[in-house]
Amino acid sequence: MKKIEAIVRPEKFNIVRDALTELGYPGMTVTEVKGHGSQKGISEVWRGRRYRVDLLSKIKLEIVVKDEDVEKIVNTIINESQTGSIGDGKIFIFNVENVYRIRTKESGDVAV
Amino acid sequence: MKCFFNKIIILIGVMIAVAGLFVLAAGAVHAGDPNGSQTYSDSIAGLKLSVNFTWTLLGAFLVFSMQAGFAFLGGFLRQKNMLSYMAHCFIDSTFGAMVFYFFGFALMFGGSKLAPGLDEGNAWFGSDGYMLLGGSYDVQTIMFWLFQMVFATKTVSIIAGAVAERLKFGAYLIYSFLMCGLIYPIYGHWVWGGGWLSTLPFGAGVKDFAGCACVHTVGGVMAFVGAWVLGPRKGKYNPDGTPNPIPGHNLAYVVIGTLILAFGWFGFNAGSTLAATDLRMSVVAANTFIAAAAGATIMLFLTWGMTGYIDVPYICNGALAGLVAITAPCAYVAPWASVVIGILAALIMRGAVWLVEVKMKVDDPLGAVAVHAANGMWGMLAVGLFADGTYGGVSGLITGSGWQLLAQFIGTIVALAWAFAWGCGVFFVIKYHIGLRVSDLVEFEGVDKHIHGTPCYPVEGSLVSLSGGLVAEEREQEREQMSLLEKSISSDATREKIYSEKLGRWVYALVKPEKKKR
Repeated sequence: MKKIEAIVRPEKFNIVRDALTELGYPGMTVTEVKGHGSQKGISEVWRGRRYRVDLLSKIKLEIVVKDEDVEKIVNTIINESQTGSIGDGKIFIFNVENVYRIRTKESGDVAV
Repeated sequence: MKCFFNKIIILIGVMIAVAGLFVLAAGAVHAGDPNGSQTYSDSIAGLKLSVNFTWTLLGAFLVFSMQAGFAFLGGFLRQKNMLSYMAHCFIDSTFGAMVFYFFGFALMFGGSKLAPGLDEGNAWFGSDGYMLLGGSYDVQTIMFWLFQMVFATKTVSIIAGAVAERLKFGAYLIYSFLMCGLIYPIYGHWVWGGGWLSTLPFGAGVKDFAGCACVHTVGGVMAFVGAWVLGPRKGKYNPDGTPNPIPGHNLAYVVIGTLILAFGWFGFNAGSTLAATDLRMSVVAANTFIAAAAGATIMLFLTWGMTGYIDVPYICNGALAGLVAITAPCAYVAPWASVVIGILAALIMRGAVWLVEVKMKVDDPLGAVAVHAANGMWGMLAVGLFADGTYGGVSGLITGSGWQLLAQFIGTIVALAWAFAWGCGVFFVIKYHIGLRVSDLVEFEGVDKHIHGTPCYPVEGSLVSLSGGLVAEEREQEREQMSLLEKSISSDATREKIYSEKLGRWVYALVKPEKKKR
């Protein structure tokens, strides 16, 4: 099992979610996060004075899937959320040792 | 954009030059009664006048507080657009007041002879009292101006809710200027300023006590045209034409806003007697609230029965619908009639929401069309139906005379046609020459950040770098990246949507995983 952790643009999140649900992966955990990579931040104005907002809003979504599905999901996320400008986000893949479903005590691939 | 600002600057220059000419023509010395010493006297007549002044000014202050109510209704919008809606409401009451001061008031009340210094005018428009100079520099005229100015700025604010979340700021300024300076004053002159509608030979002429036609129908119909020409917000309609709900961000604001509006409405209606010696004001005030209560109550049971939930936004809109509908008849009808008017107003509002949203496919985030346009018209007709002849010589259908109804009908149709024609003219010209709508990216990220430079609810201080703005090089990069992003977001807007059986709703794009693998 693998955990996919993707940080995407909030503008693109709805499209990504719809696409994943269509693919058959409706379960996900979503967090609103702030951060920045190589994007320089944007400037805003407060009573006539410009200031820089370094940390930008992004959406982090986490999905745990079977090993063979990883490539399909990663491709979908990239295809749907790519804009080509700086700040499109990143995808991280982790190994997951085990999964338990609390309701039924199932574990392993069945519980994903 | 630059060329557009040049036009604005030229316009302001012309305004100042014209104003200067009027100052020279009127002369600084010639005036009415600027300190009130000739108007006031230590007698019963003088005291009556003082009481009336106090009442009218109190009414004006209450009506001004309604602007806060309008601003709070922004809770119906998403939080990324809240500041822009608030800005629209705010500039209406400041920029609009300036326009009304320079010439709106003169066009509206010149020739009405309602106060000193308002002598010249004809049945179509007035032309006296510009900038409150000369004979209109008088305590009575200026009191009257203040009361009318707050009404004019309310009329302009009605549209802010219908065009919210997607209108360019410059377009709103142009609209606001025309509305406060021409569209509202001229129709108002026909009804309130002694124009041709008020002297129609049917019944007592068109009677609009506090502005169902002048304020609400004109504002509401303009709002309808504005929202129609602008087009719906992104994501509001599915390809098969069914509307999606777009929930607002703060219903507490909506409830507070409705209560402030209802409070201000006492000044709007009861203050319109313009005299505390006119004791009918108690009936006016009571009728006003009875209609609001009736409208809210019927919506309470209607939403409960239809959906199983007590739908607070709809109850608030029901109260507002009742308030709008009672605005014209409040002085002429008995309390039982205001119950009927309020109940029907809420039902009309519910019907109009369905008609506008589902049938006409016009996206109106705040329900301004359903509340103001539909009920403004209903309120006008209600005068012709329920006026009982006890006040102002206005007798409706219940007394057996249909002439007043005919007069009200003509007044309503004229208001509808006038606002619709102007609306089409103003918004289509702006759409094809300057641009009405913000870009897809701006609409997605919220107009606040892009037009006003900061979100309405800024992030915490610890997340902000205090090192100042971006340097030039970084700004260049930001602009470059922004245009890439803009391109991508607009291409999303043109994506083909499909109906997903799995989700039971329309999804953003046709997903073809097999093709993408290749």
